[in-house]
Amino acid sequence: MGDSQYSFSLTTFSPSGKLVQIEHALTAVGSGQTSLGIKASNGVVIATEKKLPSILVDETSVQKIQLMTTNIGVVYSGMGPDSRVLVRKSRKQAQQYFRLYKEAIPVTQLVRETAAVMQEFTQSGGVRPFGVSLLIAGYDDNGPQLYQVDPSGSYFSWKASAMGKNVSNAKTFLEKRYTEDMELDDAVHTAILTLKEGFQGQISGKNIEIGIIGADRKFRVLTPAEIDDYLAEVE
Amino acid sequence: MSIFEYNGSAVVAMVGKNCFAIASDRRLGVNLQTIATDFQRIFKIHDKLYIGLSGLATDVQTLYQRLVFRHKLYQLREERDMKPQTFASLVSAVLYEKRFGPYFCMPVIAGLGEDDVPFICTMDCIGAKELAKDFVVSGTASESLYGACESMYKPNMEPEELFETISQALLSSVDRDCLSGWGGHVLLVTPTEVQERTLKSRMD
Repeated sequence: MGDSQYSFSLTTFSPSGKLVQIEHALTAVGSGQTSLGIKASNGVVIATEKKLPSILVDETSVQKIQLMTTNIGVVYSGMGPDSRVLVRKSRKQAQQYFRLYKEAIPVTQLVRETAAVMQEFTQSGGVRPFGVSLLIAGYDDNGPQLYQVDPSGSYFSWKASAMGKNVSNAKTFLEKRYTEDMELDDAVHTAILTLKEGFQGQISGKNIEIGIIGADRKFRVLTPAEIDDYLAEVE
Repeated sequence: MSIFEYNGSAVVAMVGKNCFAIASDRRLGVNLQTIATDFQRIFKIHDKLYIGLSGLATDVQTLYQRLVFRHKLYQLREERDMKPQTFASLVSAVLYEKRFGPYFCMPVIAGLGEDDVPFICTMDCIGAKELAKDFVVSGTASESLYGACESMYKPNMEPEELFETISQALLSSVDRDCLSGWGGHVLLVTPTEVQERTLKSRMD
């Protein structure tokens, strides 16, 4: 491939007009664990597989879904440590916004800033792009919102989206199942069913993670017990 | 002689029923000499938000330019106008940035917030906010203004009565202050319209 000659430097375009490092970053994302998000009429749900490398790992210590602010949560597909760096930077930016305006940062603004950070790392010397795509879910004065941010720094607003290993099957499933007037509980059920589609092994509250935000504007991660309840409803 | 008294100024804002009024004097002086009688101290940030700046005239102008710059960027990024409370927090932050070399300005912020609820506040030159429900004053005539407003103010005044009250409070206070006066400028803002009027007063 002529492109491979240009894959050494992030900041050099290949003749086909691509930045090959970003393509590789997207591949890293595509081989990460499946995660998805669904925007309901009264809230947003994000979910991910939580496959741990061994049964000896203490699953209560691992949390893939994190808060950026009290009303904005995030899940990733790809390299976990990279997502932690982004979450840390975004949290700081959200607090800086609050210090300046004494107002909670709108979801679009936080997504924009996070995307700007990711873009910076595609145009600077000596750094590599982030190997994660983020799904950012939030609820503010403009209602429930779901955004996906890619390693290139581009972001999109979605009604429902998936990323990671099983992305094409998951997206097809979501396209069929999604309705505009879905409520949050239906969305959680749909999210679980979508994860179940590509899940290898027995799905339970201990190997998936779900985060929801409703009209109360408080993002929270469901406990394994709550997930098991939803799973029972889905059966 | 204080730097705040170099140019002379008087600014006052009052809350009425679903409206607010903001007024200032028009004198620009250099110590005891008057050099202009049409100096603008009240500036529009957006249709429902005004800021009056008293103090050193050069800082009044520069600070206004900086704040408008910040607000325009905010409007472009967030695709909405700033709420008065948010703007007040911004002004406070901008002033505190210069904590050890401040702008010699005391802002008076007045606006209609969500659901057109009137909002007024003032702050000192390094950003200490003071929210009030009735009136706020600033400038070389501030002590007289406090007295005049305290005695003339009534809550829930209709726009016409509010206009009368704020004009009388302003004129009687600046008459007691040699550094401010030479006319008055009053803006009365309701959810549907803005009335701007110039007051004729003792030209001394």
